[in-house]
Amino acid sequence: MAILEVEHLSKTFGRTQVLKDINFCLEKGQVVSLIGSSGSGKTTCLRCLNFLERPDTGVIRVNGETLFDANDPVTTQEAAIRKKRLHFGLVFQSFNLFPQYTALGNVMLASELLAKERPDYKENRKEIHDEIERKAQVLLMQMGLGDRMGNYPHQLSGGQCQRVAIARALALKPDILCFDEPTSALDPELTGEVLKVIRELAEQNTTMIIVTHEMAFARDVSNHVIFMDDGRILEEGTPREVFGNPREERTRQFLGHYVQ
Amino acid sequence: MERIWEQFPIVVQSLNIGFLQTLKLFIVTLLGAVPLGLIIAFGSLSRFRPLSYLTKIVVWIIRGTPLMIQLLIIFYFPGLVLGKQIWGGGEAGRFVASTVAFIFNYACYFSEIYRGGIQSIPVGQEEAGLVLGMTKRQIFFKVTLLQMIKRIVPPISNEIITLVKDTSLARIIALQEIIWAGQAFLKGSQGISGEIWPLIFTAVYYLIFSGLLTALLGRLEKKLDYFR
Repeated sequence: MAILEVEHLSKTFGRTQVLKDINFCLEKGQVVSLIGSSGSGKTTCLRCLNFLERPDTGVIRVNGETLFDANDPVTTQEAAIRKKRLHFGLVFQSFNLFPQYTALGNVMLASELLAKERPDYKENRKEIHDEIERKAQVLLMQMGLGDRMGNYPHQLSGGQCQRVAIARALALKPDILCFDEPTSALDPELTGEVLKVIRELAEQNTTMIIVTHEMAFARDVSNHVIFMDDGRILEEGTPREVFGNPREERTRQFLGHYVQ
Repeated sequence: MERIWEQFPIVVQSLNIGFLQTLKLFIVTLLGAVPLGLIIAFGSLSRFRPLSYLTKIVVWIIRGTPLMIQLLIIFYFPGLVLGKQIWGGGEAGRFVASTVAFIFNYACYFSEIYRGGIQSIPVGQEEAGLVLGMTKRQIFFKVTLLQMIKRIVPPISNEIITLVKDTSLARIIALQEIIWAGQAFLKGSQGISGEIWPLIFTAVYYLIFSGLLTALLGRLEKKLDYFR
């Protein structure tokens, strides 16, 4: 069964229809790359999955559970949405780390706040905190930031910030990790260290959706590639199909800008 | 010079009493205006249009007219026009009227600073909190509030230093603050008259007090220097 099913998703801002009947699904452990020119709707699509935008129509299902159905008002209530967000993690282009917390603090914050809702929180406060801290440390070490845990975001490079942001998203164990152009704010050198981390995650079969302009990376790392144009999915398939032998003229034209 | 030395203890005692009133007005104004300003800021940021327009008009009127006129109107209007003396008589009544005028006036200035502070936090901060499953309340208290405080400390410090000196405007409704106390020796009080030096000497009080506040607020600013 697909871990994620998206059906008939559409979204309009004012008079511009940004998403037009988007349908796709994703298997557990798969990596999907969303490619296409700026303004094609890739980012809006990710933001809809994370409930930062409310789709006008469509259904979002995770593990068979309907998280959102534009026709079912019960699923669109704000209060219900908060917990549903936890199925997804989102890594932003501009990191959006919390500046007043250390790298470790950034990774721990949300877990600690969620732990407060546990019924046994009061009795086991110390144990729960230590456990969260230990897990956060492991994640940061995995990101190659073992010696940077006590640093504040302004003391870190862009690449390090983005790796903290990835650890922060992973800390909540999302079913699907989404990346919104994770390297677009980084220079080529820093881009490499972030892509390396994402590649490692792919090797561990982390289910991911990656919006990216790094075509070589998308080709290497993903199992499935979706090419979006003007709010529609114009073409999709394996990296070999889409990059090697695109069916659509528009896809060919777009990929032509990335000559190897 | 000898004359001043003789007058000095009498004058200082009198100025101390006046300064105490200044200090009281300053503290009560801050205690009232800091939270009221936040409420006004939320009002002007409200998505409910009539409320945001109303607060914006009130802020415009209060910031657009002299505090001195506001003091005079608040103090005299109820008694003279409505025929009802609501402030009570004497020094206590003048003090209450002064605090009402000052709190409203300063809350309006603070509200604009808060509004700027709230709006200066990038939306990405809230979005990052949301995708991590945090409630709006948690996001405000755990993420945005401290960043906002950091940004508003310098402009709020400015207003606080201005408030120290603005308290002297209450002199216009004869509140017996330090300027009033110093001026008394011009006209004649406790056997001293025609003396300007006590009035000039009040400046020492203002300088010391604003100096202390500047140091205190500077320390707060430094404390928040650990992040950017």
